[in-house]
Amino acid sequence: MMTLFGIPTAALFGQLLLGLINGAFYAMLSLGLALIFGLLNIINFSHGAQYMMGAFIAWLSLTYLGANYWVALAVAPVVVAVFGIILERTMLSRLYKLDHLYGLLLTFGLALIIEGFFRQLYGISGMPYAVPKELAGGWNLGFMYLPIYRAWVVVASLLLCLGTWLLIEKTKLGAYLRAATENPALVQAFGINVPVMITLTYGFGVALAAFAGVLAAPIYSVNPLMGSNLIITVFAVVVIGGMGSIMGSVLTGFMLGLLEGLTKVIYPEAASTVIFMVMVIVLLIKPAGLFGKGA
Amino acid sequence: MTSHQMTSAARPAPSRQAIFIGILLVLALAAPFATYPVFLMKGLCFALFAAAFNLLLGYVGLLSFGHAMFFGWSAYITAHAAKEWGLTPEIAVLLGALCAAALGAVVGWLAIRRQGIYFAMITLALAQLMYFVALQAPFTHGEDGIQGVPRGRLFGLIDLSDTLNMYYFVLGVFVLALFFLHRVINSPFGQVLKAIRDNEPRAISLGYQVERYKLIAFVISAGLAGLAGSVKSLVFQLASLADVHWHASGEVVLMTLLGGVGTIFGPTAGAYLVVTIQNFFASAGSWVTIIQGSIFVVCVLAFRAGIVGVFVPFLKKRGIDA
Repeated sequence: MMTLFGIPTAALFGQLLLGLINGAFYAMLSLGLALIFGLLNIINFSHGAQYMMGAFIAWLSLTYLGANYWVALAVAPVVVAVFGIILERTMLSRLYKLDHLYGLLLTFGLALIIEGFFRQLYGISGMPYAVPKELAGGWNLGFMYLPIYRAWVVVASLLLCLGTWLLIEKTKLGAYLRAATENPALVQAFGINVPVMITLTYGFGVALAAFAGVLAAPIYSVNPLMGSNLIITVFAVVVIGGMGSIMGSVLTGFMLGLLEGLTKVIYPEAASTVIFMVMVIVLLIKPAGLFGKGA
Repeated sequence: MTSHQMTSAARPAPSRQAIFIGILLVLALAAPFATYPVFLMKGLCFALFAAAFNLLLGYVGLLSFGHAMFFGWSAYITAHAAKEWGLTPEIAVLLGALCAAALGAVVGWLAIRRQGIYFAMITLALAQLMYFVALQAPFTHGEDGIQGVPRGRLFGLIDLSDTLNMYYFVLGVFVLALFFLHRVINSPFGQVLKAIRDNEPRAISLGYQVERYKLIAFVISAGLAGLAGSVKSLVFQLASLADVHWHASGEVVLMTLLGGVGTIFGPTAGAYLVVTIQNFFASAGSWVTIIQGSIFVVCVLAFRAGIVGVFVPFLKKRGIDA
């Protein structure tokens, strides 16, 4: 058996791949959080619940409607985005003039409602969701076995993050968005409908979460609690990266996922806490976060 | 964060305030003869927890989303000290509260480096770290928790396994802690805290070392949250993961919000209401979570003053500080 630093390479690369996949989810979720925070100035605590909804929509549409994975991948983000837009219009938009903490509290309450609702209906044991047949199987790379679906998750999330970055940095719509993040009143004065932009941004942010949820369905079991534990880790990722830059959040997400995978090989006891430890170190050295500006 | 301000200029006439407090005290003393003492004690523990949390949210404007770590970890320490080391309850409780205050000093020192929403996220993440530590540390017994914690004899004399004795001990701790909080809030130190809440840049420009004030407030809050957790571990003779979980952190926010942020008796009212809801729906599965979430939404959207907060202007006119 090949070894590297005294660790079997198959185990090492296997864990690094798992880390990369976790990192992909951290990246997609922190990207959505950063987008929403940029324009709405709230932390969307229900992000994890919306990610869980994405996975559940995939499972429900397969079980009851026979819709396959690809349909779910297209439909779930739209459904969750519409749901998010309704929430934003009816509730969140009433809070913009108040302390930003109220937004956090409201979305926390919404997360409890959504999670409790799914728990009441489906329990907490979790439902399996089969890997789509186009992506079943795997490749033997010589040093490790690579399941095709996992490779797909990494590629899809990278494409999604890149696409979002291009949308925000390189298009006219993105330029409006960045301008509105800096100074909404001025952008509105130029005749751009900022409230509509805010609504659409929230919808887009939660759609990203739902997309991640569908991607996650075949890897983790579809479980009402799948989002709430993940989202706290994502908060730590966001504190580490700072929410100032899109690429920063993506990079931080992937890096921390890899670090977590590596920790699982070297010192498994610390795997669940390593990201929080990194957060402590970053707070000590660079309180604004690796890519953050100011406090 | 608060929708109403507490001005020190309108200091209430002591007589009416004294009558108001006196009525509450008589009610509290007589309560165990009218309803279940264990329910009352649970409510008092959470009321103290919420009052400690309220010091930060209501008077400094800091939203800690990780207060369960102080509550839950002090419960573990008190339970361990009472069960494995055989310490008397008052020493075990003090030890738990002191450890929580020490943990609060570290957490506060880290978290006050960032403001607003980041502060909330950092405290939540650190609480999750402490949750995983509790899950893995051998002395906490993982999923089982520390069970069968002896209540012992207070000062080696009073047998706390008697429910009524235990109730009056918990009530005593609660009243002393609430009195202490009241003094902190109405001291010059408390005035500076409120100044920081209302306008931090101005407080800085006046020469106050804002970070130091925030840290001291955080340590007091953590220590009192720990006191609540310690007492709770004796009441239920159990320290478990549920008390360090983020759900507990969310519950204390809910109690404070529902009762009235920045009021003295609001957290107590909120705690009793939430505990009642928990008991009432205990067998109804996830409905507790759904109801708690709904209360959050309603409070944030339409009821930001909270239950006691609604009555504050009415009582204030009559010289009562609630």
